[in-house]
Amino acid sequence: MSAGAQENLPTGGAGTLTPRVPPADVGRVVSRGRGGEGPRFGWLKSVPFVILLGFISILALYPFIWLISASMKPQGEVFDNKLIPDNWQWNYTGDPTTVPGDEKLFNLPDLPVLTWVWNSVWIGLLAAVVVALSSSIVAFAFAYFRFPGRNILFALILATMMLPGAVTMIPVYLIWNELTKLTTEGGALAFLPDIGVNTQYPLWVPNLFGSAFYIFLLRQFFLGIPRDLFEAARIDGDNYFSMFRRIAFPLAKPALIVVIIFELQAKWFDLITPLIYLRDTALYTLPLGLKTILDQQGAGGGGEGRWEIIMAGTVITVLPMVILFAIFQRFFIEGIATQGRKG
Amino acid sequence: MASVAGTREAGPPSRARLWLSRFGEHETWTAYLFILPWVIGFVALTAGPMIFSLYYSFTDYGVQQLAGIEPTKTVGFDNYRELLNDPKIATSLKNTLIFTVMTVPAKMCVALGLALILARLAFAAGFFRTVFYLPDITPPVAIGIMILVLFNGSTGIVNRALEFIGIPGPFWTTDPQWIKPALAIMSIWTVGGTMVIYLAALKGVPAHLYEAAAIDGAGPWRRFFNITLPMISPALFFTFIVLTIAGLQVFTEVYTAFFGAGSTGAESPDAALMNVVYLFRQAFEFFNIGFASAMAWLLFAIIMAVTAVQFLVSRRYVFYQGDSR
Repeated sequence: MSAGAQENLPTGGAGTLTPRVPPADVGRVVSRGRGGEGPRFGWLKSVPFVILLGFISILALYPFIWLISASMKPQGEVFDNKLIPDNWQWNYTGDPTTVPGDEKLFNLPDLPVLTWVWNSVWIGLLAAVVVALSSSIVAFAFAYFRFPGRNILFALILATMMLPGAVTMIPVYLIWNELTKLTTEGGALAFLPDIGVNTQYPLWVPNLFGSAFYIFLLRQFFLGIPRDLFEAARIDGDNYFSMFRRIAFPLAKPALIVVIIFELQAKWFDLITPLIYLRDTALYTLPLGLKTILDQQGAGGGGEGRWEIIMAGTVITVLPMVILFAIFQRFFIEGIATQGRKG
Repeated sequence: MASVAGTREAGPPSRARLWLSRFGEHETWTAYLFILPWVIGFVALTAGPMIFSLYYSFTDYGVQQLAGIEPTKTVGFDNYRELLNDPKIATSLKNTLIFTVMTVPAKMCVALGLALILARLAFAAGFFRTVFYLPDITPPVAIGIMILVLFNGSTGIVNRALEFIGIPGPFWTTDPQWIKPALAIMSIWTVGGTMVIYLAALKGVPAHLYEAAAIDGAGPWRRFFNITLPMISPALFFTFIVLTIAGLQVFTEVYTAFFGAGSTGAESPDAALMNVVYLFRQAFEFFNIGFASAMAWLLFAIIMAVTAVQFLVSRRYVFYQGDSR
């Protein structure tokens, strides 16, 4: 019902995260867009400001350009600060039988960079889909049902959003450490696959239980869906779960995309969790891998290390996010803006 | 279907009774089934760990206990006393506080300035919004590396640019005095998210307020201070809290640039030792779990205290449209 109409609506403004539902809610859809803005500059008056912002844009973009160009330079020229390299060199892939000390990014000895990229991708996707599913079920319950304890529990969810991660970091590690003892040889649950420390489970299993911010975000979205829709489904004989699956979940698509993107980004950014749990280099995700490359190849800080390799590694860490952003920009921006509205 | 509480008002059973009686209903149990994932997660990954963490902060839990070689002993307030005696705790707290104070107001001002211009531009606003948001999608590990290369004392572009205008640049990444400013400047680079929040808030200010003010003859400054600022104060307040909490927990950029196994640049300078970095090292490099748990609770207390003060102070200044909350 909404997918087609959605494309025609102006982006920006209070858009994506307002559920778009059938005619009952026309008023809301119409009032979106550029409504309620303060004074705006005319074209002529905009020009000096555009020039000013143009200069600031250089500051915002320069590190990216520097990075990409440095990743294309031979060792020793990385720090010459030229945006167009004097001598071009491809530092990403190369002959695996090259002289030691001259390997390229994807065939560094003992550093399986391609595996790290893959790990980051599948863990990120799995974690994102899992957290979207679990959070939306919980969020639906808080939006639709009226049950005793609802307000207290929801306040508790909001409170956990404020909780600094550092407080639970250590005991959660201890829990995983106990699980390791149980599931490795000699443990009571040794028949299970080895879960716990030095496996990738701690990176995504917590997502099975939903996440406070996403629950909040999705609940806001579900609250915007007219209750009549659900009551109609009830009359049609749906049980609660199929009501969620057939009506709430599909309608929440824009909000679910925001959740998935945010969680992908969070996993792609996360250094501390892999740092705590992973020991084998083959298990690393990209941030920890990049840190390892920096530590191994960056000796000397300025001249000595193989900084062209480090730069190439940084580029492959940064670039996927840029591409994701290019495709889903609208959802990034809407998601962030919604965060602010909960204030 | 929705069991309407209102229909039962006739006979006045106590509210607690009514509340309890609803546990007999099918709908209630379905709801609890739906939120079960979160309940399990809350118990197993939040509440339970917090209680454990509190317990461990009063024990000598360390490598021996982790491996199951020695039993855990309670040590009373020893870990907390140690917090006072360890000079690195004071250093890391001071560093974190300085970093937060340097970044939060600066980020808010830059973001607000950019948002105010973007909201008024007749063209190219979308383009600039994209450009300014890009730094925000840069992984923090990459930002840590950027600090090392862009702020390098002898070869970094920052010092080259300063030279160009005749200022000899400091050795940002090794000089203890300049490490935090370098970290702060790089942090201000990622101002896009805050800007987007302000932009959304600015779009929510009703135009008729500006029209009315214009009729009353209010100039741009009066309009800014008497309309714009109060109307977007919830967004300002929200970012104030969130940026402060994030600043007090800064880890990845700092750890990437200055800590870890490698021999990168400076050798783990004290000037970059942040709260969470030190906590991480104590817990997961030296495995002083008991002591690190006490550190975690200290950090928790500090963040709660700072947030509480922010809430109290802001009560006077934040204006919520519509309802009085």
